[in-house]
Amino acid sequence: MTDFLTGWGRTSPSPATLARPRDAAEVAALVAAASGRGVVARGLGRAYGDAAQNSGGLVLDCTGLGGWTFDEASGLVTASAGVSLHELMTALVPRGWFVPVSPGTRYVTVGGAVAADVHGKNHHRDSSFGAHLRSLTLVTAGGAVRTLTPDDPLFHATVGGMGLTGVVCEATFGCVPMASSLMRVDVRRTGDLDETLAAMAEDDDSHRYTVAWIDLLARGRRMGRGVLTSGDHADRGTLEFAPRTLLRAPGWAPNGLLNGVSVRAFNEAWYRRAPRRASVVQGIAPFFHPLDAVGGWNRVYGSRGFVQYQFVVPFGAEKTLREIVGRLSSTGTVSFLTVLKRFGAGSSGLLSFPMPGWTLALDIPAGQRGLSRLLRGFDERVAEAGGRVYLAKDARLRADMMARMYPGLDRWRRIRDEADPAGLFRSDLARRLGL
Amino acid sequence: MKNALGAVDTVLLLGGRSEIGLEIVRLLVGLGASRVVLAMREPAGEPPAVTLNVERPAGAASPEVHVLPFDALDAASHGEVFERAVELVGDLDVVISAFGVLGGQADYDADPAAAMADVAVNYGAHVSAGLHAARVLRRQGHGTLVVLSSVAGARVRRANFVYGSAKAGLDGFAQGLGDALHGTGARVLIVRPGFVIGRMTEGLTPAPLPSTPRQVALATVRALREGADSVWVPAALGPAFRLMRLLPRALWRRMPR
Repeated sequence: MTDFLTGWGRTSPSPATLARPRDAAEVAALVAAASGRGVVARGLGRAYGDAAQNSGGLVLDCTGLGGWTFDEASGLVTASAGVSLHELMTALVPRGWFVPVSPGTRYVTVGGAVAADVHGKNHHRDSSFGAHLRSLTLVTAGGAVRTLTPDDPLFHATVGGMGLTGVVCEATFGCVPMASSLMRVDVRRTGDLDETLAAMAEDDDSHRYTVAWIDLLARGRRMGRGVLTSGDHADRGTLEFAPRTLLRAPGWAPNGLLNGVSVRAFNEAWYRRAPRRASVVQGIAPFFHPLDAVGGWNRVYGSRGFVQYQFVVPFGAEKTLREIVGRLSSTGTVSFLTVLKRFGAGSSGLLSFPMPGWTLALDIPAGQRGLSRLLRGFDERVAEAGGRVYLAKDARLRADMMARMYPGLDRWRRIRDEADPAGLFRSDLARRLGL
Repeated sequence: MKNALGAVDTVLLLGGRSEIGLEIVRLLVGLGASRVVLAMREPAGEPPAVTLNVERPAGAASPEVHVLPFDALDAASHGEVFERAVELVGDLDVVISAFGVLGGQADYDADPAAAMADVAVNYGAHVSAGLHAARVLRRQGHGTLVVLSSVAGARVRRANFVYGSAKAGLDGFAQGLGDALHGTGARVLIVRPGFVIGRMTEGLTPAPLPSTPRQVALATVRALREGADSVWVPAALGPAFRLMRLLPRALWRRMPR
């Protein structure tokens, strides 16, 4: 079956043959039979750009790889690649356990979480998904099913490797116990960027989960104002998990619905609505995955779609962060959801994104004028500062920039070339970035 | 691969000395294209500069430029040109079919064999190259073939009916090819300039609404980014020619040129 696929940002559709294997043996058979255009695995399609597309080639829809087990004594989950974090939470939360890392959506698969080495609001303490992995099974280019542990170099090329070393079929990782499914959350409003940064640094010492929303359209004295939410699992309370989809975004949203006027109005309301300082109690879903309550929220950007730009700069490069926020604010760039986070130690993944520093994520309608030039300018500053952009969100980076941002790239290439000398595992992202 | 904001990475220009073709390449290089193949007849000496008057993206390395011999009339060699281009730069994001010759109608009247030879370049060779391009782009599942048509083919005039009829054939071929590729991910962009002031038209008096190679290139690149099927340069020629097609022949044949 040939299908046009896009990432979550709904830009750059490309056709591919889709197959839906149900176990590692079927994956191996499909990989062995793949043509010269190569093959790449796809999960729930939450990568924003072209990471899980393979124009003219084969894409494996891995959501058919199901089934998982949990060992309460060790806290270890062994899950097939197609299992979603939503499925795991639904079963584990009532038993008093939580996944080690949850990104902003729980609709990602375990395979995708490994391949993108996803991070969450607890990165400053607990690092990224790869740091909690004990082992994984990978179908490699020859069609062999290999079990990898952190002792194998290929393990570190696969964690964060964007699916280009093989197809992850299963992963074993540690989960964390919790006493309640409620979150104790401290919310506070910050008046400008410096205050936001200072408040985050302060809260990171006392809270397991922190994230700040930034009003990018605020200018002048208020530039970089935001709302910081810092949370922890509550000590007491019930253990339940029954999130609801509150509404579904319509499929007919026009291009330009999210514009300077509408986003400014939203930002103002969102900022005013937040208390200056307060403690609240929230459920897991509203705290971790507020956007999951709106089904298909990516459609509100209209048919042209949107790009997400997430970068990290190391501590000490706050000047770069300030310059970028200043430039976004002065150009009136419309970013609906701008999120700031402090990263702790990175994982061992050679192409993993997180590194100690500040990360800012923006999403911007793809039709915005001058966007290409603006973001290329940011790439340059970020690379200059020793930072990088996140491949799972990227849809427009250039190959030469990629090489400057990821010092582990040469080593990653050597390991990949050994495991897959013919370059069978390929995606549109890999072609675009010359991986 | 074309990125989410429409920037491309690789370009193959058939007719590596074409003024319009080179201007398109330069603009694409300015927008970030990093690998270029110039296919031209009897390549010798330095290849034409693809970074002329181009502001490269911040921090970008200079583009990789390859030159391949390409003989439009040797259809048997066209397949190999594409294969070599793919070997050199990988997937072809944009293929520009820009080669062509413009002779005077009076010369053609005097030398029908020369007329036939030029029609073979302006039409027949594009058919062969276009079909090869389609095969490659269809396999890739992405990429755009840019065909340089002309208003001369929108309604053929007595003043240049040999050239015009070849362009009419080419335009029809490109439309059909675009339809044949619909749904494959590959696309065809038909560019229809009016009178272009340049080397090819040296010594001729410009017709109304003339443009420069740069203007044609700018319109082409915009159309590429927007994913358009065709573009008239200048845009006003579109509606003008839709009207001119309706003129009775008795009137049309009195068109001075």
